[in-house]
Amino acid sequence: MGQTITEKILAKHAGKKSVKPGELVNASVDLIMCHDVTTTPAIDMMKEHGIKKVFDPEKVVIMPDHFVPNKDIKSAEMVRKIRIWADEMGINKFYDLGNHGVCHALLPEQGHVKPGMTIVGADSHTCTHGALGAFSTGIGSTDLAAALISGELWFKVPPTILFNISGTLAEGVYAKDIILEIIRRIGVDGARYKAMEFRGPVIDDLSIEARMTITNMAIEAGGKSGIVAPDEKTIAYLKEHGAEEEYDLMKSDEDAVYEQVIEIDVSDLQPMIAFPHLPDNGKAVTEIKEKIKIDQAYIGSCTNGRIEDLRIAAKILEGKKVPKGTRCIVIPATTEIWKQANKEGLLDIFMEAGATVSAPTCGACLGGHMGIIAADEKCISTTNRNFVGRMGSPKAEVYLASPASVAAAAVSGYICDHRKLGEK
Amino acid sequence: MKAHVYKRDHINTDEIIPARYLNMDQEADLAKYAMEDIDTEFVKKVEKGDVIIAGENFGCGSSREHAVWALRGAGVKAVIADSFARIFYRNSINNGFLAIECKGISQSVPHGASLDIDLKEGKIQDLDSGKIYTFSPLPDFALQMLECGGLLNLITKS
Repeated sequence: MGQTITEKILAKHAGKKSVKPGELVNASVDLIMCHDVTTTPAIDMMKEHGIKKVFDPEKVVIMPDHFVPNKDIKSAEMVRKIRIWADEMGINKFYDLGNHGVCHALLPEQGHVKPGMTIVGADSHTCTHGALGAFSTGIGSTDLAAALISGELWFKVPPTILFNISGTLAEGVYAKDIILEIIRRIGVDGARYKAMEFRGPVIDDLSIEARMTITNMAIEAGGKSGIVAPDEKTIAYLKEHGAEEEYDLMKSDEDAVYEQVIEIDVSDLQPMIAFPHLPDNGKAVTEIKEKIKIDQAYIGSCTNGRIEDLRIAAKILEGKKVPKGTRCIVIPATTEIWKQANKEGLLDIFMEAGATVSAPTCGACLGGHMGIIAADEKCISTTNRNFVGRMGSPKAEVYLASPASVAAAAVSGYICDHRKLGEK
Repeated sequence: MKAHVYKRDHINTDEIIPARYLNMDQEADLAKYAMEDIDTEFVKKVEKGDVIIAGENFGCGSSREHAVWALRGAGVKAVIADSFARIFYRNSINNGFLAIECKGISQSVPHGASLDIDLKEGKIQDLDSGKIYTFSPLPDFALQMLECGGLLNLITKS
């Protein structure tokens, strides 16, 4: 019987020929990602249990990102504790301020992610890295400590839902719109405990960065992981980002068993806006009747803070002005992206338009800092969650959309169809 | 063991422990803010040993284990939900914290009911009405972790 790519990766790391959905396996992990919020408890747990070393410091990457640059004394102390611990453990892959960035943008950018790997990260959006053909999933701090100690973790092999994306994506419709549509269709628990495999001509045509936008939000449908089988684009990306040239290119067998196959033709897909307070509350922008005035437009995060996203936003913001009463915040996800955006003149475009540009950080995406919203305010955002209180006050509202839709709202002051911007 | 019933689905980790408190990681500190964005009165009402009853997909969203610690620190003994989000469930098991999946319970148990849980038999009894709800008993490895007090005790012991 054939296997899916996810089953193959897990079987290999569990030392088995094959695995079946539902089976519990202990699998070795190739890469462990730590950030500022979830790592300090793992450090404490290891200390409490008298553990003085990690299983392999070379397989650990640390990147404080949520509350950096440190937002207050408590977060400064958290990062300091991690810095001291990393030194003690001999962990050298530490991306501190100055070469830092949002973990899920930074990890592949710095060449740490490779196809066929098992990756765990103490952050729910670790599913992002499946875009390069790895099994990658989010864990909590206890799992993080266990993985750091032993180099392996228990996993229940997930069944896979295959999403076959076909048709032709219309001009101005992006990967973010595809994933918001998928989540709208299956719901925020539609893929609970499951692997989401994305395939089809539309996925083939997407850049690696755009594929990351899709796998990033697998968790918003409850998924354990999101994955795209590696192809020539993957290999080109790995080369460009300096990944070592040893990796395992797997793909699902022709006769792999899927729990469900969902066919989606995106030819008629419109820009999507996910209304408060769940990511599955998506509406096509063309169907929105009411006039929704926004207070803040936020462009950034592990979902849509990469260079291609900034280029799309800049194209819309160029030569226009954010109107009085509207704020626009742009946060390039990593230092490298910031530098590249600067080189291309994108940062000038943003600031000329009246937006503000911050240093890389997860920032206000999770209500941390750098753009918290007040009660009764509305924010349109390129991020991934619009839960109650997510970006600040529990009485505020968050709308999720693509960088193009967010940029268009920034210059018009209202949620609108970015393709019709400037039309009377 | 008194039930605090939230009939809603998709109660997420941002509501259980908002990110504005994630600059802390000690259970006692987090406990003060448990469930704050869904019910500001919760920490005043909850007593040691109480349980939370909720709808589908409880604990969806972030991987923050702080959600489990905040609830446990506030005195919550167990969460019984129609279903759980994956990472919250896993974090619960790893902490030896009780997360019990019991379909339909959110719509039947009245707020404030006194409950008794029999883990081995997979039964929850409403002591006021006598009504019994059944659930699939926890898998062996989860029970083992509960007995050990969590995953780290288990792996460092072996």
